[in-house]
Amino acid sequence: MDEILLTIDGKEVAANEGMTILEAAQKIGIYIPTLCHHELLEPYGACRLCMVEIENRGRIQYVASCLYPVENNLVVRTRSEKVDKIRKMILELLLAHAPDSRDLKELAEEYGADRNRFDREASFCVHCGLCVRYCAEVKQKFAVGFVDRGTRREISFVPKIAAEECWKCKECFPLCPTEALQAAYVYVQDITAKSPFKLVL
Amino acid sequence: MDNATIDQIIDKHHGEASSLIQILLEIQGQNHWLPKEALERISERLEVPFTRIQHIATFYKAFSLVPKGRHEVHICMGTACHVRGAQRVLETVEDLTGIKPGETDLDLKYSLEIVNCLGCCALGPVMEIDGTVHGNMTPATTRDALKKYE
Amino acid sequence: MALLNSLEELDKLKQELLSRKDPNKPCISICAGAGCIASGAGEVIAAFEAEIKKQGLSARVETKGTGCPGYCQRGPVVVIYPEEICYLQVKPEDVPEIIEETIKGKKIVERLVYIDPDTEEKATLESEIPFYKYQERLNLSNNIKIDPKSLDDYLAIGGYSALAKVLFQMTPEQVIDEIKKSNLRGRGGAGFPAGIKWEGSRNAPETTKYVIVNADEGDPGAFMDRALLEGNPHSILEGLAIGAYAIGAQEGYIYVRQEYPLAVENIGIAIEKATEYGFLGENILGSGFNFKVMVHQGAGAFVCGESTALMTALEGRAGEPRPKYIRSNIRGLWEKPTVLNNVETWANVPMIINKGADWFTQIGTDGSKGTKIFALVGKINNTGLVEVPMGMPIRDIIYKIGGGIPGGKKFKAVQTGGPSGGCLPENLLDLPVGFDELVQAGSMMGSGGMIVMDEDTCMVDVARYFLNFLTDESCGKCVPCREGIRQMLKILTDITEGKGKEGDIELLEEIAEVTGTAALCALGKSAPNPVLSTLKYFREEYEAHIREKRCPALSCKDLIAFYIDPDLCRACMACLRKCPAGAIVGAKKQIHVVEQEKCTKCGTCFEVCRFDAVKKISGEPVPPPLPEEERTLTRKGKE
Repeated sequence: MDEILLTIDGKEVAANEGMTILEAAQKIGIYIPTLCHHELLEPYGACRLCMVEIENRGRIQYVASCLYPVENNLVVRTRSEKVDKIRKMILELLLAHAPDSRDLKELAEEYGADRNRFDREASFCVHCGLCVRYCAEVKQKFAVGFVDRGTRREISFVPKIAAEECWKCKECFPLCPTEALQAAYVYVQDITAKSPFKLVL
Repeated sequence: MDNATIDQIIDKHHGEASSLIQILLEIQGQNHWLPKEALERISERLEVPFTRIQHIATFYKAFSLVPKGRHEVHICMGTACHVRGAQRVLETVEDLTGIKPGETDLDLKYSLEIVNCLGCCALGPVMEIDGTVHGNMTPATTRDALKKYE
Repeated sequence: MALLNSLEELDKLKQELLSRKDPNKPCISICAGAGCIASGAGEVIAAFEAEIKKQGLSARVETKGTGCPGYCQRGPVVVIYPEEICYLQVKPEDVPEIIEETIKGKKIVERLVYIDPDTEEKATLESEIPFYKYQERLNLSNNIKIDPKSLDDYLAIGGYSALAKVLFQMTPEQVIDEIKKSNLRGRGGAGFPAGIKWEGSRNAPETTKYVIVNADEGDPGAFMDRALLEGNPHSILEGLAIGAYAIGAQEGYIYVRQEYPLAVENIGIAIEKATEYGFLGENILGSGFNFKVMVHQGAGAFVCGESTALMTALEGRAGEPRPKYIRSNIRGLWEKPTVLNNVETWANVPMIINKGADWFTQIGTDGSKGTKIFALVGKINNTGLVEVPMGMPIRDIIYKIGGGIPGGKKFKAVQTGGPSGGCLPENLLDLPVGFDELVQAGSMMGSGGMIVMDEDTCMVDVARYFLNFLTDESCGKCVPCREGIRQMLKILTDITEGKGKEGDIELLEEIAEVTGTAALCALGKSAPNPVLSTLKYFREEYEAHIREKRCPALSCKDLIAFYIDPDLCRACMACLRKCPAGAIVGAKKQIHVVEQEKCTKCGTCFEVCRFDAVKKISGEPVPPPLPEEERTLTRKGKE
C-alpha cells in the first residue's frame, strides 16, 4: 500500500492509505479530543469534538478527524483559534445536559468552556451512541437503540432483549462518557412491562 | 391487525429488509397506526433488529405508535401559511380540542398534526380535515369548520 | 400496446398518433393540481363531463384533468383548445355556459377571462395574461396540454425523442459532454453542475451504478416538483433514463414523499406505461440498453432531502446523513456510484438533448443557465408556480408576474431557499436570480421557494419559525446541529416573548458560526442561515425586541396589545360578538373596551372592525379605558 505523507501540527507523518487524520495523529502521539470515537467501532462523526483545521491547495476547511481520510500534502492543525472555539461551544452545549460528567469537565477546563453558559437541561445523555453501537457492532445483541429525531432523540432499551442480555454483559457501562447508563438500566428494569418507546434516561 | 395480513404485506415486498419503510407505510396506511406486535412480527420475518424498527417508526413522521382519532386534522405550517397567520389557526384548534400537535383526544375524535406545505399556498392559511382542504382560515372560520365534524 | 422494438416502430407510432389527432377538435383542459382541487376543480371536471354527456358531445369534445399550469391564485383554471382560451376561477355552474357559448358557439364568456386589476383590460389567451406573459415556461407549459396518465399525450408533444436520440445517435460520453456544455446545475439546492456529477459516476470503476430522482420536496412553501411529477411524469422518467444511459446505470429510484399521493400514483402509472411501450425495461427500443425504475415513498422526514440521508432511507434505515467524506457519485446507494438529481433537474435533460446545449446556454446568466421554477407565495397577489429565465430581477418576479403585495401593504422581505436559505430586503430586489447571486447575498436558490413578506411579518419570528422547523426535522445525530439549533431556538423564542437580553445577538452569532462550520451535513451547516440573514438585514428588529420590548411588525403576541380607540368606536358589537375569548366588554351604544387580562391577542377584533377603531400597539403602555360612566356613545349630529 502506498504511503501518504502529510503534516500534522508541523510534524511530517507517513500514513497508510485509508487511515483517518485521527489515526495518523495518534500514531505520532498527537492528542485530539473525542467523545463518540472508539477503536472497536465504525467511525461515527457525531460529537464533532475532533474537528481539525486542514489546508489543501490553499483552501482551509474544518473536518471531523475521525472520518477524514489522509491525503498527500495535507496540512493539519489540531488546534487553532477556530478549532478551539468550536470545541468550547460543543462542550458548553453538552454540559447543559451532563454538567457533572468527568470527561466533559476535564475538557471544559482545557478549552475554557463555561459549564453554566446554557440553562441546565439535565438529560445526562450526550447521544454519543457508544452504548448503541457497541451493543450492535461488537456484541450484536441490539438491546439498546435510538428513538425519535431532532432535539427529541433519545436512547431506548428494548425491554425484552435487555432483560435477557444486559444483566450478564454491562460492557457498555464503562464506555458511557456521562456515566449515566447504569442509572438508565436500573430504571429500565423497573419499567420492563411498559411500552418500549416512552422510556428512557 | 393479524399476522396473516402483515405476512401478506411483507411477502408483497419479497421479505426484503430494504423494503422495511415501505412495509411499515403500508401497514400504517391500512391500520392507521403501528401496533407493537406488528413491529415484532416484522422484526422476526425480515430478520431486522427491533432497535432499527423502533428507530424508524419514531424517526419518520408518517408513523404513529398510538391509535388515531376519527378525524385527522392537519394544520399547514408551511412558510406561506405561517406568514399569513397559521399559528392563530393552530392555537384555535388547540383551544377547541384540548390537544397539541401529535396528540389524539381521549374520545378518539380528533388527531392533530402540523404539516409542512400542502401545496395550496394560494389558499393559506390552510387546514385539512380528513383530506378535505379548508382555505383562508381565521380563528372564527376554523371554529365553524371544526364544528361540522362529529 | 406491443413493445416498441426499434426507432422505426417509435416513429410509426408517433405518426399514427398525430394522424389520429384532429387539431381542430375542441379540448377542455382543467387543472387538477393540488391548489385547484382545493378550490373545487374536482367538481368542475365532473360538471364538464356530465354536461358533455348530457349534450351528446362526447365524441366531439375531449376533456382532460391536467397537471398544474401554475396560476393557483385564480384556480380552478380551465384552458380550451385549440384557441387556448383561458378561463379563471371557474365554478361548476359556469360549465353549461362555457359549453354553449365557447364550445358550440365559438364565443368568449367574457366574465371568466382575466381582467387586469389596474387597466381593466381583458386577456383571453393564456399568453396574454401578465402572470404568464413574463415567464419562460419551458417545463411548466406542457402541464396543461397533457393528461399525465397518458403516454400517448406525451408522445404527441414529442416525448421520448430525446431518449431515442441518445440511444441511437450518441455515446454515453457524448451525452455527458452535452450536459456539461449546457452547464445544467442541480435545481434541488446547492446547484452542483450535473454533468460533472455524472462524469464522476461514469468514470467510477464499479459496474453496478444507480440513478435517483430526489422528489422529497420538503421545503415548506415549495411545490414545483410536485407539479412536475403530477403533471408531466414521463419527462422526468425520460431524463432519468438518459442519465442512466450516460453513466451506465441499470436501475433507478424515485424517492417521492408519501404526502404527495397523486404524484405517487401518476409516476407509478407512468412507469407501468413506459415499461409496457418499451421505454423502460429490457432492451429499450431494441438498443440493448436495460433500465428499470422503482418508486420508494418517503415516510416524512425533511432531512431525507439531503442526498446521503435519502440514500440511507432507500436502504431501509432511519434517514441520517452519512458522515463520510466521499462523494456519493463515487460511493452512494449500497456503496455504489450513484447520481442523484432533483426532479426539475431531470426534467430539463430531455430538452437539452433535443434542442442542444447551445440553445440552453442562451437562456440565463453566466453562472446559471436555463430557467428555474419558483413557488411564489406568501403576501403576494398572484400566488402560484412561476418559471422564469435565470437572471430575472427578483423585483420583476414579485411585481410584474406576482402583481405585487396585496392590501396596499409595504414589501419587507423575500425568503428564498427554504430553511437553509435567507431573507432578502427591499434594497436587494434588483438582484438577478441565480445560484451564485443568491448565495452572495446570504441566501440560496434551494428548491425554489420564494416567500414574500410584508410589513406585518416579524423577521425575528421568521427566524424563530425556521429554527423551530429544524429542531423537529434535524436527525439529531451530531451535536452542533441538534444542540446548536436547540439553543438558538430558545434564544429566539425568548426574544419574541419579550425575554431577550443584551448579549443574545452575539451569542446567536457565536452558536451560528460553530453550527455552520462543524455540523455533519448540509442541513446542519445551513441551519443558521435564517438567523444570520435576518440579523444581517434586519438587526434593528432584533434590537427593538430586546431593548424596547417592541415588535416593529406588531406581530409577536407577547409584545403587542389590542385596544379600542374610544373616539372611533361606534359600539356596533361586531368585535364583541366575534371575540373568541369574551375579552371585550360593552353593549349597544356603550363604547367597547378590551379587557387586557382576558385577551388572547388572536386579532379577530382588529379584522372585523369596520371603523378602524381597534388598534394594535407594541412597546408602549395600553391607554387606560374610559371610566364606565363615560362610555355611552353620544350620536354625533349629521354632517
